[in-house]
Amino acid sequence: MFSPASAVDSQEHVSITINGKETSVRAGLPLALALMEAGITPLRHSVVSGAPRSPLCLMGVCFECLVHVDDSRNVESCMIEVRQGMSVELANGPRPMESAP
Amino acid sequence: MSTIAKPVDTIVIGGGVVGLSIAYGLAREGERVRVLDEGDDAFRAARGNFGLVWVQGKGAGMPAYAKWSMAAARAWPAMAQELTGLTGIDLQLSQPGGLHLCLNDSEVDARIRTLGRLADNIGEDYRFEILDHTATKAMCPSIGREVVGASYMATDGHVSPLRLLRALAAANIALDTEICPNQCVDAISYRHGAFYVNVGAREHVAAKVVLAAGLGNRRLAPMVQLDAPVEPVRGQVLISERVAPFLSMPTASVRQTGDGGVQIGDSKEEVGFDNGTTIEQLSRMADRAVRSFPVLGGVNLVRTWGALRIMTRDGYPIYEQSRECPGAFVVTCHSGITLASQHAGPIVQWIRGGEPPEHIQNFKAGRFNV
Ligand SMILES: Cc1cc2nc3c(=O)[nH]c(=O)nc-3n(C[C@H](O)[C@H](O)[C@H](O)COP(=O)(O)OP(=O)(O)OC[C@H]3O[C@@H](n4cnc5c(N)ncnc54)[C@H](O)[C@@H]3O)c2cc1C
Repeated sequence: MFSPASAVDSQEHVSITINGKETSVRAGLPLALALMEAGITPLRHSVVSGAPRSPLCLMGVCFECLVHVDDSRNVESCMIEVRQGMSVELANGPRPMESAP
Repeated sequence: MSTIAKPVDTIVIGGGVVGLSIAYGLAREGERVRVLDEGDDAFRAARGNFGLVWVQGKGAGMPAYAKWSMAAARAWPAMAQELTGLTGIDLQLSQPGGLHLCLNDSEVDARIRTLGRLADNIGEDYRFEILDHTATKAMCPSIGREVVGASYMATDGHVSPLRLLRALAAANIALDTEICPNQCVDAISYRHGAFYVNVGAREHVAAKVVLAAGLGNRRLAPMVQLDAPVEPVRGQVLISERVAPFLSMPTASVRQTGDGGVQIGDSKEEVGFDNGTTIEQLSRMADRAVRSFPVLGGVNLVRTWGALRIMTRDGYPIYEQSRECPGAFVVTCHSGITLASQHAGPIVQWIRGGEPPEHIQNFKAGRFNV
């Protein structure tokens, strides 16, 4: 659950895209922290009330840090580590539900 | 040394949906009510249930129970409106009718038999439809190809059980009911027409006591010469992330909540006082849900839990006043959401000394001893 301090202190960086914009973030960080460091505030809005939301528990419980990562929708960004080339889209509204044909 | 709390008219033991519905009804009639509730580590079905206000299929072995449930569903809109008026809390009640989906022909046959028998016993009032795949799809476009049909009943619906509980608590507080958490009742005695209810060293006194302690009723009932042979039956539940509206009406085991989450229920397991979850049941339920609604296949789950139903041997309620200790009542049931309107209304009138509501003579514990 916790990253070793050495990883957090790392000067190494990786490049991810956030809504298509290339951004350099520190290697070894959980994605949620990288997004916070990149100044993405709020991270999303509640799909129920529209209220602003940011990562809260940072341990996979609260589901406030959801983003789309590569081909997966609504991923808990606190639970995955940043990776070179990762493509992140900020979540916007509830998951669409197309009816089966 | 024991301390004695200020006397009230009625003590309600148990702050689940049954206890709070009754306390609310009593307070609305002007009674001073105190609710004693065990606490967060108790088994509390009211916090873990599926939220259906459901009639179809209920009472297959006892027509009185079907009628009791139908009257409850009919009385729900007025109660919801009243609670919202008093508290500002939207209960997300919706009664658009409900579907029981069938994935093979023998499931359809079973629905036809059960609902047919109910209709024979109850008469014209009991209206249901058996739908084929096409008719089901017309009503509910997101069903999958594996759904061969469904039974439909227009009286069915659903509500947010947690909003209901919150609204009942807020309404009670607005009416000056005392809701006391972390008060596990140890003993009740009856002396000179009054009930003495002990929680540790504290004693509460009232002229009436209502046992609404769910699974706790089994231990409490004999203290006032009543009997509540209830057993736990576990149900597991899955909750998805919030998704765009795709399901306009509840089904017996999949519903979309007012906030967009999908709730998938629910197993029926006799495993004693264990409210855990198992991969075996969760995956069976998830599999059936995805076969029913293929669009669920890509949806993330966010929570699962187990909760214990409060079941009598035949599944029907117990409503009874103690003969030896008049003024002591036991109320326990397996469908406390559906029946909340009956508990806040007719059951309260009876507890206040009115005639017992029609049908409830069927729901005495003596039926288990014949
Ligand atoms: C998985 C599942 C799905 C369900 N789905 C539905 C549904 O769709 N529709 C429906 O109508 N019903 C449903 N139910 C049933 C419904 O939840 C119950 O009928 C209802 O919650 C019962 O309410 P209750 O107040 O009697 O019990 P509980 O909610 O269990 O409340 C009992 C309370 O008594 C307290 N207590 C116990 N012992 C003591 C003591 N000694 N002193 C003081 N307090 C005590 C406890 O703290 C607890 O708060 C479902 C149940 C489960 C488990």
